[in-house]
Amino acid sequence: MSGIVSYGSYIPKYRIKPEEIARIWGENPEHIKKGLYILSKSVPAPDEDTATIAVEAARNAVKRGRINVKDIGAIFVGSESHPYAVKPTATIVASALGVDFSLFSADYEFACKAGTAAIQNAKAMVDAGYIKLGMAIGSDTSQGAPGDALEYSASAGGTAIIIGKDNVIAEINHTLSVTSDTPDFWRREGQPYPTHGERFTGEPAYFKHVMSAAKLLMERANSEPGDYRYAVFHQPNGKFPSRAAKKLGFTEEQFKTGLLTPYIGNTYSGSMMTGLSAVLDEASPGDRILAVSFGSGAGSDAFDITVTEHIDDMERESASTIKQFLNNVEYVDYSIYAKFKKKIVFGGNLE
Amino acid sequence: MVTLNDVYIIGAGETKFGELWDKSLRELAVEAGLKAVEDAGVYTKDIDILYGSNTLGAGISYQNDIGSLISDFSGIAADHIPALRVEASTASGAAAIREAYLSIRSGEYNVAMIGGVEKLTDIYGSEILDKTSTLLDSEWEAFFGATPAAVAALTARKYMKDFNVSKEVLARISVNDHENASKNPDAQFRNRISVETALNSLPVAEPLNIMDCSPIGDGAAALLLASEEFVKKNKIDGVRIIASSIAQDFLALHSRESIYRLDSTVIAARKALEKAGIRNDQIGMVELHNSYSIYGLIALEDLGFAEKGKAKDLVEADIKLDGRIPVNPSGGLKAKGNPFGATGVGQAVEAYLQFKNRAGERQIKGLEYAMLHNMGGSGSTSIVHILGGA
Amino acid sequence: MGELSRIWRESDHRYRLVAHECGNCKRIFFPPRDVCPICHRDSIGKMREVELSGKGTISSFTVVHDSPRAFKRQRPYVLALIDLDEGPTITAQIVDTPLDQIEIGKRVHSVFRRIHEDGPGGIIQYGYKFAVDLS
Repeated sequence: MSGIVSYGSYIPKYRIKPEEIARIWGENPEHIKKGLYILSKSVPAPDEDTATIAVEAARNAVKRGRINVKDIGAIFVGSESHPYAVKPTATIVASALGVDFSLFSADYEFACKAGTAAIQNAKAMVDAGYIKLGMAIGSDTSQGAPGDALEYSASAGGTAIIIGKDNVIAEINHTLSVTSDTPDFWRREGQPYPTHGERFTGEPAYFKHVMSAAKLLMERANSEPGDYRYAVFHQPNGKFPSRAAKKLGFTEEQFKTGLLTPYIGNTYSGSMMTGLSAVLDEASPGDRILAVSFGSGAGSDAFDITVTEHIDDMERESASTIKQFLNNVEYVDYSIYAKFKKKIVFGGNLE
Repeated sequence: MVTLNDVYIIGAGETKFGELWDKSLRELAVEAGLKAVEDAGVYTKDIDILYGSNTLGAGISYQNDIGSLISDFSGIAADHIPALRVEASTASGAAAIREAYLSIRSGEYNVAMIGGVEKLTDIYGSEILDKTSTLLDSEWEAFFGATPAAVAALTARKYMKDFNVSKEVLARISVNDHENASKNPDAQFRNRISVETALNSLPVAEPLNIMDCSPIGDGAAALLLASEEFVKKNKIDGVRIIASSIAQDFLALHSRESIYRLDSTVIAARKALEKAGIRNDQIGMVELHNSYSIYGLIALEDLGFAEKGKAKDLVEADIKLDGRIPVNPSGGLKAKGNPFGATGVGQAVEAYLQFKNRAGERQIKGLEYAMLHNMGGSGSTSIVHILGGA
Repeated sequence: MGELSRIWRESDHRYRLVAHECGNCKRIFFPPRDVCPICHRDSIGKMREVELSGKGTISSFTVVHDSPRAFKRQRPYVLALIDLDEGPTITAQIVDTPLDQIEIGKRVHSVFRRIHEDGPGGIIQYGYKFAVDLS
């Protein structure tokens, strides 16, 4: 059976704190820090976008797994902020990696779970024998409208997962998904910022889908929370995943490693995958992981994963670890943030 | 045995250099050309060929075929005198002089006209940097954010570090230019500046400040060159071009053997001195290509006036008008101005005026030989002319 | 506006630092060259592609304040000459590094970044930049 043969992430080095955003809009930063449990979020440099983040994450995965790029038969990139509306990010990643011309590829969009949907499809193609290795990437430079609650959380980052059958470092034992037509969060074509249903994004959207998917998965796997060393959930803020985890019966010990949003914000398609990356950075053979993503609109992808002994053969430090990304940071103020995020607009043909 | 003809400058003219808002590319060319023709005392029928020099006309004025343009608006199109444009980046001016020189020296022509012109102020804002950056390797330098100033700054930073040279030394190249330009009515900037002013000016590409950079400006300069035969027949007292040489280097700075030795300049200068049969210490003035102060400094070394790293010893006294080797009596690229296609031609205009004792307040006495150094971009092309002698 | 094939043609070189090695003298050239400037005609037909590591050392740098339009948002930005470990020297920006940590001699590695975009509706041009190695 197929599983993860390598993984790599990328998080831009710039950060902004809720205090700084709250200062601009006259809000109380303590409400954000306590209410949403976000202490800082990542900010992409002006020359970074979903494609550059996807490439860096992909290169880290290739490097860490010592992958021969010619063995990669599929690249799928999930994002809600592809740099082109039409012209796939996957093509840019493929070219930057130097993979073979004979390649399955596509961009995916399913709000924050497009990357995990990519994992499922890469796995399906490997299992079906179409390809030797498949790469799934979740990458985003997500947008929050100025002054909107999303501005505190919408951040940038991404993770690439390579699926294959040989030298699997983490078996994917089971995966399943749930889907419904739930308008909790959306962005219409041509609109610069998404719109969300505020409290409607909670119970009928995030919690219903994440918890249903987790429960169905544990039913199928005939497992219970105590069987897992780690649990990772989509993390739009620091609060939702903790609450979902606790309601499902997981302890903080199980979910704290994969909970990155308090430090980097919500990396959207990169969110759950980057949490999984942090877990794989420290996991040991035999550790079992429950990972559940959530995409608005809405749906969840759930994974039951077991780490194998091959993880000890991998030089995990040969590519940047999540800890390194969390440590190498530079804080910016709102003005620099606005300049970087193109919220300061040059007139005419000045750019 | 082929006999090569001697070549003389028999007339010169130039416009004022600077922000000439009310004058177009073609008007500038015609103004300088007419002055030169008047100065030389020749007529349309005497002119065998016209070489126009221009660098960015296509990019800024959307005009190619500058040779025909100049010919046409100089009123000589109906005479069907051959006219063409010479382009060698910012060395276009000297390249045109050299082409004209060769055309006469070979015996093909007796009188050649040179019209160097540039109109840089017809675009506004930072778009000018998009245009001037095309002088670099556009795919491997400019594409990645390099500008001509940035490339000069890369040379400056390493040079300053390796030879322990201060920014003050660089500033003195510009201070000298402004001092001389104050005596030149055609100069873009006629104000004197202090070392402090230069050091405190705005950064452009660190360590270079705005006072280390030649300005954006317009201008035209024209020359008439003639054969020995023509000069003798018409009893003209011309200024002889005793050597002309050119050498190339890699287009991009990153491909060169050294980032602070201008090999094209080293070779062009050596060849020119050999051809002229003189020694470097016989040169009484040099017009050198200080598009950026650092180039002025290292050109002094590469033209042979100082050892590598030692030009700093010349900047306080030797380069002044009354010094051992007066540098840029015209005011140079920093203060007289740097309208690319006209720059190299303007250098020859200055030397001509000096030899003819028409340089006014900046007149150098007893001048025997003058060296002119015109460079393309960051050193991809260097052209050296030596004028004077008997 | 309207840049396309000129940019597309160089993708391999700018995305992955694909250089040319002279089959005669084994020197490596970046940007790629069809003729070796040392071996001249002896190199004809012998230049072959090699991918560079992206590792190198800063040999000079400048902080650019006066920039072309495409780079206005990044002002001031650092432009450097980088001596790559395989031999060639290239011109590239240095990003993600505080100015006080940029010095001649510092080790750098390549990163994949946006270079320009051809207006809001044109193509996005990607390529290499460099960052100083974390010590």
